[in-house]
Amino acid sequence: MNNVVVLPLVIPMLAGLLMAMMRRNIGVQRVLSVISIALVFGVALKLVQQVRYEGIQTLAVGGWQAPYGIVLVADMFSVLLVLTASLVAMACILFAFQSIGKEREQYYFYSLFQFLLVGVNGSFLTGDLFNLFVFFEVMLFSSYVLLSLGGTKRQLKGTIKYVVINSLSSTIFLLGIAYLYAVVGTLNMAHLSVRIAEIGQGGYLTAVALVFMVVFSLKAALFLFFWLPEAYSAPPTVVGAVFAALLTKVGIYALFRMFTLVFYHQPEVTHTLLAIMAGLTLLLGSLGAVAYRDIHRILGYNVIIGVGFIVAGLAIFTQEALMGALYYLLHDIVTKALLFLLGGIIILVAGSDQLKKMGGMIRGYPFLGWLFLLTTLALGGIPPLSGFLGKVLIVQEGLARGVGEMGFYGLTALALLSSLLVLFSLIKIFILTFWGEARVNRGGEKKEIRGLLIPCAGLLVVSIGLGVGAEMLYPYIEQAGYGLMNPEVYIKAVLSEVI
Amino acid sequence: MRNNDVILQTVTRVMTFIILTFAVFLFMAGHHNPGGGFIGGLVFAAGISLLFIAFDLKTVRAGFPLDFQMLAFSGVLIALLTAMGSFLFDQPFLSHTFGYFVLPIFGKTELATAVLFDVGVGMAVLGTALTIIYDIREDISIWKH
Repeated sequence: MNNVVVLPLVIPMLAGLLMAMMRRNIGVQRVLSVISIALVFGVALKLVQQVRYEGIQTLAVGGWQAPYGIVLVADMFSVLLVLTASLVAMACILFAFQSIGKEREQYYFYSLFQFLLVGVNGSFLTGDLFNLFVFFEVMLFSSYVLLSLGGTKRQLKGTIKYVVINSLSSTIFLLGIAYLYAVVGTLNMAHLSVRIAEIGQGGYLTAVALVFMVVFSLKAALFLFFWLPEAYSAPPTVVGAVFAALLTKVGIYALFRMFTLVFYHQPEVTHTLLAIMAGLTLLLGSLGAVAYRDIHRILGYNVIIGVGFIVAGLAIFTQEALMGALYYLLHDIVTKALLFLLGGIIILVAGSDQLKKMGGMIRGYPFLGWLFLLTTLALGGIPPLSGFLGKVLIVQEGLARGVGEMGFYGLTALALLSSLLVLFSLIKIFILTFWGEARVNRGGEKKEIRGLLIPCAGLLVVSIGLGVGAEMLYPYIEQAGYGLMNPEVYIKAVLSEVI
Repeated sequence: MRNNDVILQTVTRVMTFIILTFAVFLFMAGHHNPGGGFIGGLVFAAGISLLFIAFDLKTVRAGFPLDFQMLAFSGVLIALLTAMGSFLFDQPFLSHTFGYFVLPIFGKTELATAVLFDVGVGMAVLGTALTIIYDIREDISIWKH
């Protein structure tokens, strides 16, 4: 029993409720937001240390032991994600203070932000499949409202599609849970894993696994990503950034959990399919990123490429590849938020998201320009920055597995090609917006964006820290990778008091 | 033509009390029989909705002067605080307890902390349902004028 595990849910929940009760008092709401996220960060740091030195931490909620009650499980994988998510949330909330506007602030923006964090942290920490569904819904409902809050025409259009597609995928999620429960009679993930190992993952269970694959692919924008570019470009910058950083990542987390802990017995079916989907995601995402000439869409397709890359690591399915995917996942959470925030600032300055209307911004906004360039290089995977190590590990393992199966050569080639195209698409933004003749605000006054740049700079520091401090981070990532490759560690931690 | 709602309003006056009593009954039954916070809250909201239909919005608000949104928030807050109460006793989150007490009128009664959680659920459901109904009706009245 360790009640600390539940704090990343309880703190934002409590803060969000208190904020909702005083919606006119914006000052207090801001202070509470910062305090809440800082507390979650502190708790996550403590949990990381506990998991490192004492093993996986579990909490049987209400004192009901594992397969019967709900368990919250903090293993290294989920704790690192909670830690990174709170860092990004802090930067985004600081950005929101100066950009979101008084009207949205008065209509529960900060509460919804906290509830979104409840959903995200809950999804990372839960050890129960139905609970995962509930936390997905907590996250999605907050995201529906955040997406439509403000009620512009573009937001409403985006929200309708987003709500429809997510309601559909949630329904399929429930169906999958029902099928699974009908066969194995349990919903605790560790217990599921034990029972599936006992009865063997036959054709029926593999089909159920594919149902879950469809669901989480829809949530994570893996191959089924058609809804994403529009939904993520409709809301205000900071909301788009939080979505890009956290929402798809929760889907990826669920994919990792399901296909390393529960459905790992038939990798020749499930993981091959994951590899194909990851490859197609990389290819189509890259095409989208290169094809468009407006910033919103290029950024949206970059999110998709990131998803493809991380899932490629899962599909290769060796410990090093999973570690690479985890490195890349942490890096992607930070840099995608950063990229969306910077993209938002550029659009704010230029007053348009069309690249053809921009140019010469480096004269007025040098700091913004260099921040954007460094982010671009980090996403491309240039060595001292954070995207490098994950890519190296994934590519290396992809090549190693390619020796046996030629298909993995193709996946690795696509991964490398996509890195090039990511770099190309973002450098295109950089060159067209920052170089050349000034086309925006010619003779107009300079916009004050210093306050907006500070959280971005903070995120960039985190990103550089992830790259430079990779060696320091290595034992933690290694522990997480080991836990993912060896599900019995997780099972033992959860069910030790029963078996 | 002015509508005369005498029959509807008279029946409502009687029915509302029956419905609200039934809601409380359902709520209290939850521990041992079918019922509980969710259905209790919904039936309570149905009683208030009947008042909304029979009388106009302002009259009902005057007789039931609660901020519906605040009601929902405090409901969730109560549920959360009940769950967090276990921290004080160093028990796992959401642990509940119960005991038997001899009360003046009821005699030997079982009291459980789970009821507090249910109070929160009921308030949240009631507040949410009424907020939805009230806000939609308010929107329509804004549209008409």
